[in-house]
Amino acid sequence: MTLFNMLFFAIAALIVASTALAITRRNLVHAVIYLIFGFFGSAFLFYLFGSPFLAALMVIVYAGAIMILFLFIIMMLRVEAPEERLFPLRQMLPAVFLAAAYMVIGGLLLINDPSAGASLTEARTEPAAFGRYIFTQSWLAVEITSLLLLVAIIGALLVGKRPLKGDEE
Amino acid sequence: MGIPFGYVLALAGIVTVLGMICTAARRNLIMMLLGVEIMLNGAAIAFIAAALRWQQLEGQAFVLFIIAIAAAEVSLGLALIVYLYHRTGSLNPEDYRVLK
Repeated sequence: MTLFNMLFFAIAALIVASTALAITRRNLVHAVIYLIFGFFGSAFLFYLFGSPFLAALMVIVYAGAIMILFLFIIMMLRVEAPEERLFPLRQMLPAVFLAAAYMVIGGLLLINDPSAGASLTEARTEPAAFGRYIFTQSWLAVEITSLLLLVAIIGALLVGKRPLKGDEE
Repeated sequence: MGIPFGYVLALAGIVTVLGMICTAARRNLIMMLLGVEIMLNGAAIAFIAAALRWQQLEGQAFVLFIIAIAAAEVSLGLALIVYLYHRTGSLNPEDYRVLK
């Protein structure tokens, strides 16, 4: 068992534990904080799998911007009303049934797949090579993504403006 | 001696299923949106592992786009949630019964 493997198992346990803690919290702020830890775990995993640029992006964008946006909204809305039951049974049963079915079928698929045993070894993508690849091979996708972000900004502005008008009528 | 590819896929599957449970079972719009984020995270893990397995950069490029799309989705989704909260004063999706 090399250090690479041990690191992978430790990070995997961290990710699963913090994500499971996040989805069972009653307090929304605690849930978001646990999820930030989960995304840090993902960033470690990305670094381990040889993409330091994406690891940095995961910390900056995911943990640093998206989750903080969640925190802002939670604190702005001041949602204190706790859900009467954390997981209402009516919704919990189908979810757990579906999750168990997917886990069993996915596990069987992985066990039967001969190429699933191919082992991953260490490799590293330099950020410069990655950037060159992005802007030469998939520049169209970059442009489309930037357009999508613009649409999201305009949409968020439009949706955020409307309730003021609705209150006046 | 590296990590079997199946282990990483299993980890991605577990994370995705956790997100699915969160989205399907919680009764709070913010938690449901968090569940979608968790599912995207699971997909990103699978893509990174595939990029390492086949030594191709497409997987990493896809993760970059996943992050960008998650940002767009969250900004718009949270704007809609704030709008709904101002309209109805509740974050429980079962309270939204009025079409107008």
